Amino acid sequence: MKPISIKNNQSIPRSSIPEFSYEAFFALNTGLVAEKPEIHCVNYFGIPETDGIQLICCMADDLEQVILISSCKIQPDRILPSFSAKLFCFEKFEREIHENFGVKYSDHPWLKPVRYPIDRADQTQQIANYPFYSIDSEELHEVGVGPIHAGVIEPGHFRFICNGEQILHLEIQLGYQHRGIEKLMVQNRELSRLVTLAESIAGDTVIGHTTAFAQIWESLCGFKTTREIDFSRTMALELERIAIHTGDLSALCTDIAYQLGSSVFGRLRTPIINFMQEWGGNRLSKGFIRPGQNRFRFTPELAARLREVLDAFTPDFLEMNKELFSLPSALSRFERTGVVSTEDASAIGAVGMAARTSGVPRDIRTTHPHSLYPELRHEIKVKRHGDVYSRVQMRKNEVIQSIGYLKSMAANLPTEEPIPTLSAPGEGLFALSLVEGWRGEICHCAVTGSKGELVHYKVKDPSFHNWLALALAVRNNEISDFPICNKSFNLSYCGHDL
Amino acid sequence: MFSNLKIWYHQGKQFIPDVRSSKVPGIFRGRPVISLEKVDEEALVNCCPTRAISIAPVAIDLGKCTFCGECAFAFPEKIRFTTDYKLSTNVRERLVVTEGQDHPIEMDKTLIPVEFTSLFGNSLKLRQVSAGGDNSCEWELNAANNVQFDMGRFGIEFVASPRHADGIVITGPITANMAEPLQICYDAVPDPKMVVLAGTDAISGGIFAGSPALDRSFLNNHRVDLYMAGNPVHPLTVINGMLAVTGRAEE
Ligand code: SF4
Repeated sequence: MKPISIKNNQSIPRSSIPEFSYEAFFALNTGLVAEKPEIHCVNYFGIPETDGIQLICCMADDLEQVILISSCKIQPDRILPSFSAKLFCFEKFEREIHENFGVKYSDHPWLKPVRYPIDRADQTQQIANYPFYSIDSEELHEVGVGPIHAGVIEPGHFRFICNGEQILHLEIQLGYQHRGIEKLMVQNRELSRLVTLAESIAGDTVIGHTTAFAQIWESLCGFKTTREIDFSRTMALELERIAIHTGDLSALCTDIAYQLGSSVFGRLRTPIINFMQEWGGNRLSKGFIRPGQNRFRFTPELAARLREVLDAFTPDFLEMNKELFSLPSALSRFERTGVVSTEDASAIGAVGMAARTSGVPRDIRTTHPHSLYPELRHEIKVKRHGDVYSRVQMRKNEVIQSIGYLKSMAANLPTEEPIPTLSAPGEGLFALSLVEGWRGEICHCAVTGSKGELVHYKVKDPSFHNWLALALAVRNNEISDFPICNKSFNLSYCGHDL
Repeated sequence: MFSNLKIWYHQGKQFIPDVRSSKVPGIFRGRPVISLEKVDEEALVNCCPTRAISIAPVAIDLGKCTFCGECAFAFPEKIRFTTDYKLSTNVRERLVVTEGQDHPIEMDKTLIPVEFTSLFGNSLKLRQVSAGGDNSCEWELNAANNVQFDMGRFGIEFVASPRHADGIVITGPITANMAEPLQICYDAVPDPKMVVLAGTDAISGGIFAGSPALDRSFLNNHRVDLYMAGNPVHPLTVINGMLAVTGRAEE
C-alpha cells in the first residue's frame, strides 16, 4: 500500500486516503523523511471520531511537487512509539496530538503542553504551571521574560537558563493567544464568518492565511480561479512580504540602537501598506481576499500608482541598506549572532525564510506553486550561515526580488473576465493548501462532512516549526543579543496559538 | 557622516503636520454612513459576519464591525464608508451609527475624569497588553509612534513597565489564558489610571465573541475610558482618541 499523492490545492474524497496500521504508518512517514531530504512534513494531526482518532500525515515532496497523504486509526488509550524519538521534526505535531486527545507516547523526548487549548484532554494542565526544564546548579541562574513584554507585541513566556551573561538554554512557552480558531472554523457555517476567522489567524499575514483558506474553500467547491483572482493574490502576497520585511529591518535597527535605520525603514513601510489601503481599503489587507471573488480590481491607474510608489521606495531602500551593511557597529552585532546550523534547521523541519538562511531550500512559491507563481518561476534564494546577518540580508534580498515581480506583473495586467459562481463545498472531501507567506510555509487542511460542512479544520503557521529554531539560535549567545535574534525571525504568537 | 546626512536629506519631510485634519489616501473604510433607502433588511443583517447590523432603525455597531465592507458591497445604495478615521469615544453607545445620520463620533466630555486632563494633558504613558490580539492592532499602535504619525510629539508614548504607566491599552478579544496576566498588569499601574480598548476584537470580542477560549470578565469589573474602533485601529484613530481622552480634541 502507498500513500495517496495529491497536488497543492487538490481535493480528494476523504475515503481515498489509505489507512495503515500504526506500525506501517510509522515506518512509512519516518522512512520518507530519512530517504529523501526533499521530503518534509507539512502537517500531521488527529481527527476525533466516534471509534477512535484518525491520524492524518501530510508529507510534501518538493522534487516531485506532490504531497503524500496517509492515515491511521488509533485508540487514545494505547501507548504508541513516537515518530519524534527517531526524527525531531515531528516533535511539535505529536505534542499537539497528545495535548488535544490525550494520546500517549512511550518515548517522546519532550512531551510538553503546546498552547493550552480550551478543550485540551487534560484539564488539570494550567498555563500558570508550565513544567519548565531546569538545571540544578550553583553557578547557573534563570531569567523569565513575559508573557507581557516590554514593547507593543504579543505575549509569550521565555525562560532562559544562563551562565553569567551566556544563554545555555531557552524554553519558549506559548498559548496565551489561544482563541479557539480551529474549533470556531468547524462551529461556524457562514462563509463570511469563516473567512473573517481566517483573516484573524495572524493579523500580520492576512493575505497569506486568507489565501490558504480561499484556495481550500475553492478547491472543496470545485471552483476554478480566474487569472484576475490569481493576479491579485500573487501581487498582494508579494506586497505583504515587502511591507513586513521592511518593518522588520526597522525593528532590527531599533534593537541595535541604530536610530537612522530604524526611522528610515519604519517610514518606508508606510507607502507599501498605504498602497494596500488605496487598493483594498485597509492597511493590513483585511477584507481583501474572498473565496470565489476578486473584490478589488487592479486597475491601470493602480498599476501606475504602484510603479510610482516602488520608484520612490527602491532608491531610498537600497541607500539605507548600503549604509547599514557598511556600518561596523551594526555588522558586529549581526555577524555570527544567533546561528542555526543547516543540520539543525533540517532536523527540526524549519521552513520559510529562516530555513533558507540556514541552507535549507524550502519555498512553496517554487516547490508547490499556485496562483501566478508557476509563471514567475521564482528562484529560491539560499544562504548558508544561518546567523542574524543572513536573516537581515535575506529580508533585503527578498524585498528586491519581490519588487521585480510586482513591476513585471504591473506591466502585464489581466483582462477583465466573468467570474464563475461559487457553489457549495462537496461532501466527504479532504483538501490541503500550501502558501508561502512572508514567514514561510502556511498549511491549511480541511475535511467536509456528509452535507459539505467543515468537520475538521487544521491550521499550521510557519511559526509552529520555527519557534524551536529561535530557541536553538540563542544558545551560547549573550542574553543581550536575544532581542535581535528574536526580531530576525519575527515569529507569530497568535499564528502558533490559534 | 556625509552619507548619513545624504540619507537624512533624501527622506524629505515625512511627518504629518496636522493629525487632526489630515486626509488618508485611497478608499479607507472609516465611519460608515447609512442612507434612508429601503433594502431587504433581513439580507442586510445576514450579510454581516459579526452581526454588527441591527434594524428598526438600521444601525451599525462599530464596536462589533470588522470593517470588512461586505454590507457596502452588497447594498451600495444603503451603506457607504467614509474616510473619517475619528472613531473613538468614551461612551460605548456612541459607536452605533444609525441610518439617516451623518455626524462625527465624539467624546462625552463630562465623563472624562478631571485627572486625565489635569495630570495627563501633556504627558500620557501607556502600557499595552495584547490579549489574543492578532498583531494587526499592535502594528498600528507601533505605527502611531513612527516618524510619520509621531504621537510622541504630544507626549503620548508606550512604556515598558506598568509602574511607569498612566493606563493600559488592550488589544485582542481577551483570551482565557491572558486573563490573569492582564489583571496583574492592570493592578501594577498606579492610580489614577485609564483603560483603553483598541480595535473591534477588544471592544466586543469581534469575530471571536462567544468563543469559550475567551475570558472577558476583566471588563465587567473595570470602567473603560476610551473605545477606539477599527480592524485594525488606524494610527490616526489612535492619536485622535488619545488626544480626546486627555481633553485635547480641538486645540
Ligand atoms: S463592514 Fe461591518 S457592518 Fe458591514 S458587513 Fe462588515 S462587519 Fe458587518
